[in-house]
Amino acid sequence: MTRRSPSQTIMIYSLALLLGAVLLAPVLWLFIMSVSSTRDLTALPLTWIPETISLENYAKLLGGGGSTVAESFLTALRNSLIVALSATAISLAVAVPAAYSFSRLPGRRRKSLLFVAIATFMMPPVAIVLPLYAMMGELGLLNTHLSLILVYCGILVPFTTWLLKSNFDGIPMDLDEAPIIDGANRLQVIWHVTLPIAKPALGAAALMAVLMAWDEFFYALLFTNDIRAKTLPVAIADFAAGRVADYGLISAAGILATIPPVALAYFLQKSLVSGLMSGSVKG
Amino acid sequence: MKLGNKWLAAALGSLVFSGAALGADTQLSALFMAQAAYSEQDIEQMTEAFEAANPGTDVKLEFVPYEALHDKIVLSHNAADGYDVVLFDVIWPAEFARYGLLENVSDKIDSTTKGKILEGAWSTVEYDGQYYGMPWIVDTKYLFYNEAMLKKAGIDSPPATWGELVQQAKTLKEKGVVEYPLVWSWSQSEAVICDYTTLLSAMGGEFLDDKKNPVFHSGGGLKALEYMVDSIKAGLTNPNSREYSEEDVRRTFSSGQAAFALNWTYMYSLANNPEESSVAGQVRIAPALGEADISKASAVNGSMGLGIPVNSKHKDLAWKYIQHLTSMPVQEDFARLSLPVWKASYDNPEIAKGQEELLVAAKVGLAAMYPRPTKASYQEMSAALQLAIQNALLGNQSPEDALREAAETVANLD
Amino acid sequence: MTQMSKTTVAWYLLAPMMIIIVGVAGYPLIKTVYFSFTAAHLVSPDTSDQWVGLTNFLKALGNAKFRSSIGNTVYFVVFSVSAEILLGVLVALLLNQEFHGRTLLRALVILPLALPTVVNAMMWRLIYGPDFGALNALLTQVGLLAEYRSWLGDPSSALTMVALADIWKNFPLVALITLAALQTISRDHLEAALLDGANAWQRFWHVVFPAIVAPVSVALVLRTIEAFKVFDIIYVMTRGGPASSTKTVSFHVYQEAFAYMRVGSGASYALIVVLISAALIAVYLKLLQRQGETA
Repeated sequence: MTRRSPSQTIMIYSLALLLGAVLLAPVLWLFIMSVSSTRDLTALPLTWIPETISLENYAKLLGGGGSTVAESFLTALRNSLIVALSATAISLAVAVPAAYSFSRLPGRRRKSLLFVAIATFMMPPVAIVLPLYAMMGELGLLNTHLSLILVYCGILVPFTTWLLKSNFDGIPMDLDEAPIIDGANRLQVIWHVTLPIAKPALGAAALMAVLMAWDEFFYALLFTNDIRAKTLPVAIADFAAGRVADYGLISAAGILATIPPVALAYFLQKSLVSGLMSGSVKG
Repeated sequence: MKLGNKWLAAALGSLVFSGAALGADTQLSALFMAQAAYSEQDIEQMTEAFEAANPGTDVKLEFVPYEALHDKIVLSHNAADGYDVVLFDVIWPAEFARYGLLENVSDKIDSTTKGKILEGAWSTVEYDGQYYGMPWIVDTKYLFYNEAMLKKAGIDSPPATWGELVQQAKTLKEKGVVEYPLVWSWSQSEAVICDYTTLLSAMGGEFLDDKKNPVFHSGGGLKALEYMVDSIKAGLTNPNSREYSEEDVRRTFSSGQAAFALNWTYMYSLANNPEESSVAGQVRIAPALGEADISKASAVNGSMGLGIPVNSKHKDLAWKYIQHLTSMPVQEDFARLSLPVWKASYDNPEIAKGQEELLVAAKVGLAAMYPRPTKASYQEMSAALQLAIQNALLGNQSPEDALREAAETVANLD
Repeated sequence: MTQMSKTTVAWYLLAPMMIIIVGVAGYPLIKTVYFSFTAAHLVSPDTSDQWVGLTNFLKALGNAKFRSSIGNTVYFVVFSVSAEILLGVLVALLLNQEFHGRTLLRALVILPLALPTVVNAMMWRLIYGPDFGALNALLTQVGLLAEYRSWLGDPSSALTMVALADIWKNFPLVALITLAALQTISRDHLEAALLDGANAWQRFWHVVFPAIVAPVSVALVLRTIEAFKVFDIIYVMTRGGPASSTKTVSFHVYQEAFAYMRVGSGASYALIVVLISAALIAVYLKLLQRQGETA
């Protein structure tokens, strides 16, 4: 690494450029489509820089006189926020004590329970979607936020438990013992001792959970049917699938749906990487 | 974590807020399809008029692609708050009646209304003598052609039969007027079945015989598929047709890359609209063609109706909304993208104005509408046929083998 | 108040998690097994008691369309996951070098990862467009392609193109995990190898590879399990066409249970899928266990 021949340097920079192009070009093109007119996008041969740039599609989606497009897009955005944040909050509230238990109070049966949790998280959704659909129907929960929040907790709780457990393992045990001897209970220890130390891990777990819930499509497609509960991925699929041919509009919807998760990921870039790491490197 | 709390508070706040907003009015939830027939703007305007006439009513419109429409209706059945009004396709009433998904509205329709609406439209909502909704869109696939291109190739009059169409397409290709003269919607979806049905009816074929056994793999049914395959092999049909749906056909035709196209009514107005099309003014419409000695014209029944799911909590209001949407004045106000279901409208000069040619074509086309089979398991039958047709179009199988295989599958369906 | 035993406390702390796992996954899974032996129908409630024995399974195993959807899924998994691993490791090795703009590039790698899957699918569908798509325009304008191709309309290329879209979105995951592992290798270690006269390949094989093999193999299994579930990208890009060449097992189950409403039969397909992925999950847990022991 210290000595690099000129040819090696050239190679590294050209590979870096190529990688940058591969990563950026598709999203850049999506953005260009979102500000282009249909006429420019259907011109042959394709021109890469549109003749006219207009933000009309964004205006259509974000306001524009209470049209159906804007209403369904904005409510879907709101539904996604509600579902993703609630599911994440509940999951963390459940996962923190569970992870603490796995980490600090181990036992043979509890260890195998951790593996059950990991297996649950990995199970394909088709394995459980049919009874879940029937159950939600009987409980009157189809087409509500709650149905999705519950189902997402089923995915996020095992996942965040596992993520947090491996992180709690790295916190010295001694810290817990003093307050316990002073008469504090375990919940107090978790709140006052463990969580303050595990803040970065908690942030990583929350971030991963929000991203996963934001991205979920299968259950959302099946359990919701209108703007009362429909989340953004389903709304986008409804805009984009099938006959609809307004390239500019669906591109703009895609860009807008991408901004929150991308902003969140960059905002918490360090957490994201550490979350990915602890999720895959340790058990 | 402070940030997290704020976010959560915001989320809960909006939850409460939305709850309050929902309580104010009687809310109807209505499901439509995006694109083809009435535009979203049309439906929004029709709905605004209904809301204005019925204070305290708030209709939430839901637009999904046609491909998602059937599954949305089925899936919402078990929801406590499902849809109150749904748009459904002519091929579904058998299935929906069998499983009790749609309200039987037979006693809400009086005989005077029955007499005033086109017979072909009624078949959309009727199964086994019972009515499951009101017809709203009466539609079939028409032949669109680019007159300027034909002239350029020295062709004076449009084709009269499918055979002639192939001849003219060859001329257009040879003279270099357009690379692929024909464009269709042949993706693996219901769209390809609509085109196939049109050709099948022209060639005198049948889907099922009297005993409900499949017969589409011989006679006219086989000829129709062979016609499709040959047109691809000869380089006359745009090969991308195999992944196109109706909107792709419209775009290809409107950008001047095809001389002939088969599509629904709505393309007539859009392909002649300079904002949407670069061939505006050159587009003509005719009934889909017949075949020498067999038929004069061909057409598929592609009509759609509006129904009320059995679990709707606002059935009376939903019916009122349906009556509003299907009423003659409303349909006549929005007759550019979809023609009314009312017989009398076809004699109204206001409707014909600017689209005389469409009405002439409609008179022939709507009378020739050929039905796809009425079967509770239609969705599966259609899926088997779609696969067979695609396999033949892609050259994986001969038309004969592909259709025979599909017929075997269909024979095993109940 | 008497002190609870540690074991009691441990179970109390686990209770909420167990309730959620049992309620949202355990109980439904058992119910799926039950459904698979019945003629349960999506919208006729009484049918869920109609016992049909093994009929559903026999039909499922004899269904050629289901078998071909398994074949499609396996192709998708093998192609996309192996490409993701290969690309991911190569990109991580690159990003581990020192060069100007490295921080920016590392940040860019996160972009595909954070892009919602549905948006990714839609974006690539537009790019692959047969008539106005950017890919056709690009390849013909630089002279790599003589005429426009129908990427998603041709059964020989459709699934590969869908997999490419998936690869673009997911190789960054492998890259980030590998990069983190690479950063644990000490500089001394590498320089010692350099002084010993080891060439690049030997350095990779003896120093780098041992450090990344564990996290990369975990990423491999994780991605395999994820890819095996594939549904959303197919739903948006192709809906299973052309000629069913992109129909995967999840799509098949969706169709059987929700479009044709045969819940019982859909459940039997789902269980076959579960068995296959259970084997994958078992491999994964084994890997984790082994790592737990060595760490």
